[in-house]
Amino acid sequence: MIEVKNLYKKFGQLEVLHDISETINEGEKVVIIGPSGSGKSTFLRCLNLLEEPTSGEIYFRGQNITDKSCDIDKMRQKMGMVFQLFHLFPHKTILENITMAPILLKLMNKKQAEEKAYGLLERIGLADKALTYPGKLSGGQKQRIAIIRSLAMNPEVMLFDEPTSALDPEMIGEVLDLIHELADEGMTMVLVTHEMGFAREVGTRILFMDAGSIVEQNKPAEFFANPQNPRLKSFLDAVL
Amino acid sequence: MFADFTHSLYKCFIYKDRYLLFIEGIQNTLLIALVAVFIGIAIGMLIAVIRVYHQQTGKFKFANAVCGLYLTVIRGTPMVVQLLIMYFVIFASARNGVPVAMLAFGINSGAYVAEIFRAGIQAVDKGQTEAGRSLGLSSAQTMRHIVLPQAIKNVLPALGNEFIVLFKETAIVGYIAIVDLTRAADIIRGQSYEAFIPLFTAAAMYLIIVIILTQLLKVFERRLAKSDRG
Repeated sequence: MIEVKNLYKKFGQLEVLHDISETINEGEKVVIIGPSGSGKSTFLRCLNLLEEPTSGEIYFRGQNITDKSCDIDKMRQKMGMVFQLFHLFPHKTILENITMAPILLKLMNKKQAEEKAYGLLERIGLADKALTYPGKLSGGQKQRIAIIRSLAMNPEVMLFDEPTSALDPEMIGEVLDLIHELADEGMTMVLVTHEMGFAREVGTRILFMDAGSIVEQNKPAEFFANPQNPRLKSFLDAVL
Repeated sequence: MFADFTHSLYKCFIYKDRYLLFIEGIQNTLLIALVAVFIGIAIGMLIAVIRVYHQQTGKFKFANAVCGLYLTVIRGTPMVVQLLIMYFVIFASARNGVPVAMLAFGINSGAYVAEIFRAGIQAVDKGQTEAGRSLGLSSAQTMRHIVLPQAIKNVLPALGNEFIVLFKETAIVGYIAIVDLTRAADIIRGQSYEAFIPLFTAAAMYLIIVIILTQLLKVFERRLAKSDRG
């Protein structure tokens, strides 16, 4: 579904991603872990071109999205993204947050978009919040709204950038549960996280990044039971 | 003493219907300020968006250079000189100064409003743009529906100040033979040989309008802030 070829990313002189090639297949739940500064968020953000690669190619459903002639807005409609800090639109109600993009992009009319939004809100038990503003919600509620805001676009893949890192401990569970549900329904996802237990439980494949490269990857059970790379060993010793 | 004062009042307002001059003056002042504000907002928003886009993407090089020149010239020269140039050089054939003044003040205000908007746009969290773009919205849609509404809310106090400054600054339009509030007071001062009453009348009228404007802005800000309440 997503194919990355020889991806490099530099910020000025600093090389953040070094020659990454990776394929993400339909239905996979790829979890990326690694120390901070290892480039995992940058890698994730390159997948929908929020960061522009310095060189290399990225294909989404066979189409080269790094090509200048590619309509990236169209591609992004099919790639949902969830951020560490939610980024709900504070000047819009919860309902408008969810319906805005489908309506503006003429994928649905207002009525369809609102039906869809209410359906998603029911699902996460927040339908009563539809007409309030994001400022009134807790962090966990905000993040779950952010997730269904992406889902309202009927994405084919979801990218999660440390979705629980900014949450109070007691709110992490509700967000992880929702992501878990999506995974069970077969959504393709790429997830950057520090939640090792969750990575093991939900991931179909774990990537370990260090210094801008993917240095080791494996199925979760193997990955945690039998790490090879010394850097990964010391990382797992420190976090587990 | 009291008789003197009532006589002065009579001379300044009633005699030869001089109060009509004040009314004409306040009308012109308000009209020029109001139209100039809208011209200023239109110019300011356009320039701010161009400059921010240029900064983010490197596009619109030429337009950005033109905007930079405009800002430098307008902010680097006195308003009175700009007004005189507009009236006596650029629109030398104009009979009526009022439209010229509207344009001159609008162009002048646009430069300051542009900087206010630019700061306001840049103060909106970059994550808002990223969230909009990641949903598939174009950069123009993201700017219009997500960034600008928040930027306007951020800059409302600064914008209100700018409008109050603009309103008071119109007091110089007497230079191009427009009878505004200040000019009206000055004419009556000359005709009646009374300085105190006409000038203080003008001052009081400016002050009252500024106070009303300030209150209106407060109400407006409060209404816009409703989504922020936690």
